[in-house]
Amino acid sequence: MNEQVEVQSSSLSDRFPEIVLPDTRTGYSGFLVKPENLIAVVRTLREEMGYDYLSSVTGVDYLPENKMEVVYHFYRTTGGGALVLKTQVERENPVVPSLTPLFPGAEFQEREAWDLLGIRFADHPDLRRILTWEGFHGHPLRKDWKEPFFEEEAKPFKSRWPEGHVYRAEDKNPFHDNVQFPAGFDPELWSPETDELLYAGLKRVDKTGDFLTEQVVVNLGPQHPSTHGVFRMVVVLDGETVVDLKPIMGYLHRNHEKIGERNTFLQNMPFTDRLDYVCSMSNNFGYALAVEKLMGIHPPERAEYIRVMMAELTRYLNHIFSIGFLLNDLGAFFTPMLYALEERELILDVFEAVSGSRMMCNYFRFGGVARDIPDEVMQKIRKLVLDRLPRKLDEMDYFITHNEIVRGRCEGVGVLTAERAIALSASGPVLRASGVPYDVRRADPYSIYERFEFNIPVRYNGDIYDRYLLRLDEMRQSLRILQQVLRDIPEGPIMSGKPQYQVRVPAGEAYGRVEGPKGELGFYVVSNGKPNPWRYHVRAPTFINLTSLAEMCRGQKIADVVTVLGSIDIVLGEVDR
Amino acid sequence: MITGSGILRGLWTTFRHFIKTYLEDLRIGKKRYFTKEGIELRRSPDVEGIFTIQYPEEKLPVPEEFRYIPFLVYDEGESGEKEIRCTSCGICAKVCPPQCIWIVRTNDPVTGKPIPQPKEFYIDVDICMNCGFCAEYCPFDAIKMDHDYEIASYDRFREHIFDLNRLIKPASYYAQIRPTNFAREEAARAEKEAQKAAARKVNP
Repeated sequence: MNEQVEVQSSSLSDRFPEIVLPDTRTGYSGFLVKPENLIAVVRTLREEMGYDYLSSVTGVDYLPENKMEVVYHFYRTTGGGALVLKTQVERENPVVPSLTPLFPGAEFQEREAWDLLGIRFADHPDLRRILTWEGFHGHPLRKDWKEPFFEEEAKPFKSRWPEGHVYRAEDKNPFHDNVQFPAGFDPELWSPETDELLYAGLKRVDKTGDFLTEQVVVNLGPQHPSTHGVFRMVVVLDGETVVDLKPIMGYLHRNHEKIGERNTFLQNMPFTDRLDYVCSMSNNFGYALAVEKLMGIHPPERAEYIRVMMAELTRYLNHIFSIGFLLNDLGAFFTPMLYALEERELILDVFEAVSGSRMMCNYFRFGGVARDIPDEVMQKIRKLVLDRLPRKLDEMDYFITHNEIVRGRCEGVGVLTAERAIALSASGPVLRASGVPYDVRRADPYSIYERFEFNIPVRYNGDIYDRYLLRLDEMRQSLRILQQVLRDIPEGPIMSGKPQYQVRVPAGEAYGRVEGPKGELGFYVVSNGKPNPWRYHVRAPTFINLTSLAEMCRGQKIADVVTVLGSIDIVLGEVDR
Repeated sequence: MITGSGILRGLWTTFRHFIKTYLEDLRIGKKRYFTKEGIELRRSPDVEGIFTIQYPEEKLPVPEEFRYIPFLVYDEGESGEKEIRCTSCGICAKVCPPQCIWIVRTNDPVTGKPIPQPKEFYIDVDICMNCGFCAEYCPFDAIKMDHDYEIASYDRFREHIFDLNRLIKPASYYAQIRPTNFAREEAARAEKEAQKAAARKVNP
C-alpha cells in the first residue's frame, strides 16, 4: 500500500513541480499546496488521477508557527490509501478557496472548519456557523480560545493533587460571569424566528401558470420524536411537496474536539464512547487505530480477534436497531423496534460482561483491549452468533421485507444516485445502497480484516428500501465474519507491552479510519510529542451523510422526509459532537 | 406474491411473539417471574416471548466487571482499625478523564515530608463518568469500581461530593462483589511478598 502511495506521489509532484511540495515535517505525510493553486491541483486529482472521494476536510491551528492549516484526505472509490493534501495560510483572517464546486460533500465540513477554527472558505455557498450558534463568541478550536470554566491548557490539572481541595466549578465561576457574545450581538433581541440568513438561503421554485400555491417554511424539530434526538430541519413546502430543506444541528454540541485536545491520549478513549453512543466499540476501534499508527505498535493476535468480534457485534446491533427505528418512522410504532431491542439487549449483556458497561464500553486500549473475555461469556457469544442472531435476523426479514406498506413507502423514495453519493462524500450503507461497493474493510484494510471471507453487499436503487435491504445483507456478512472469528480466535496475551496510564506518542500526524456501522469513521490526530494531542478531529460519518439529506428529500412528500432521515440512521451524539 | 400476504406475514410474526409468552408461562410455570432463576431465563440466549424485567421489583444481576462510581478499599487490621490501602500517589487523579478526583496528601508535621496516606479524598460523583481508569491503573489495588448503582439523593449540592468517609469500603465487600478479581490480586500480592521474603533471606 505504501508503495502505491509513493508512485502516486511522484506523479503528483512531477505534474506540478514547485507547486506541490511533499510535506517533510517528521511524522507527517502528504503534500503542501499554496491556496491559490489548490483548485487546479484538486481538479487534476479528481479528473485525471481518480481520487474521486473526499473523505475528510479539517483544519489545524499551528499557533507557534502562526499558521492555519487545512487538511484534505482524498481516496479512490476503487480502493487504496489516502492522498493527503494540505494548504497553509496566515492565522489572521485565513481564507482558502472552497472545494464545494468540485466536491459538494465538503459543504458541511468546511462550515465546521469555519465555525470551530475561523477559516473562511471563499465561494462557499452557505458559510454559516454549523455546530455553534451565531451568538457564540470566537472560534473554539483556536489554540488561544478559552472555555468558560477554563482551568489549564491540558489535563491533568494541578489543582487535583497533591493539594486537591475540592470545589465546584460553578461556585468559582457563576453562570452570568462567564458568558460572552460577539461584538454587536444582543441576546435579548435574538430569536430563532429572526434567522434571516438561514431562511434566505432556501430555494424557492418560480411558479408560472394559473394555479398559484404559496410556499411555506416549516420547522421540523428540534423537539420532534422523528428526528432521533435534537435535530432541526427547515423545509420549504409547496403543498405537501418538499422544495428545499436545510438541516440544522449542534443542539448537543459539547466541543468534543476541544475536550479531546485538553485530555491526554488515553483520557480520550472513554470520550469517544459518547460520540455514537450506540456503537461505542467501533468508536474505540477508530481512535485506537489512529493513535497506534502514531505510536507504531500493533496489538497481539488475540486482541485483534477480540476487536473484530466486538466491532462486528456492534454492526449487528446497530443495524437491527436502526431497522427498528426506521419502522418507527414509518408508523409501525415500537413493535418491530422492541423485537430489535431484544437482540440488542443480549449483545449489550455481552459488552457489559467484558467491558463493565453496556453502552459506554471504553474497552480498547492502545496496543490491545482492557480485559480478556471470560469463558462463560465466550459461550454466550457462541450461542448468540451460531444460533440466535441468524435466526432472529431471518425472522426480522420475514417480518418486514415483503410488507406492502413498507415497500409502498420505501421503494423509489429518497433516491441518491451513485455519482451524487460519491460527490457528496456519503459513506457506509448510504453509499453502498446507491451502488458503490466501497467499504473501508476491503478498500483499505485495517486490523486483520483481510483474513476473513466476506462480501461487500451492494444495492443499486439508492432508495430507502435498498438501504434497509443492505443493512440486512450487512448483518448476514457480519455474522459470517463472527463465525470465522469464533473458529480462529487464538489464546494468548491481549495487550502488547505493559498497560500505561501515560503513553508516549511521538510527534506526527495519523488518520485512522474504520468502517463503522454508520459509515467511514475517521480520527485525525496530530501529536507534538507532549502527553496531549495537539489536534484531535473526528470524521463523523452521520454528520457528513447528512450533507446528502437535502438532495434525497427534494421533490418528496413531507411525511417521507422523516423516513429518509431514518434511513440515513443518524445519532446526534456524533453529528453534534 | 399476492397483495396483502406481506402484511399477513407480519401479523403472524407478531401473533407468534404474543402467544409464545403464554406458552412459555405454561412451560416454565410460576418461577418465571420474581425469582433469580426466572430472571436468568429471561436474559439467556434461548429466551422467547416476554423479555422485560420489572424493575425495581426485579433486578438484573450485574456482571463482575460492571463499574459504577469508585470506592476506596480498606483492610481490617487485627484490632479492627481501618487500614486504607491508598498511598495518595495521585495516579488516579492524573488518569481521571473528567478530573473528578481530588486528593490532599498527608505531610509529616515534623519533617514536612509526605506520608503515604490521603489526608482528604474527594470524588465529585456528578462529574465521574464511570470509565474505570482509576481502578485499572491503581498500582496498590486501593481504588475499585462499585456495583451499587442506586445512589440517587435529594440534594446534589450537599451529597454528591463523596469524601473519605463515604468512599471507604472494606476489602471483604470488594471480595464479595468481584471474587475472581480479588482472588487474582491476592495471589499476585502473596507471590510478591514471598519473593520479597526470599530476597531478604538471600541477602539479609
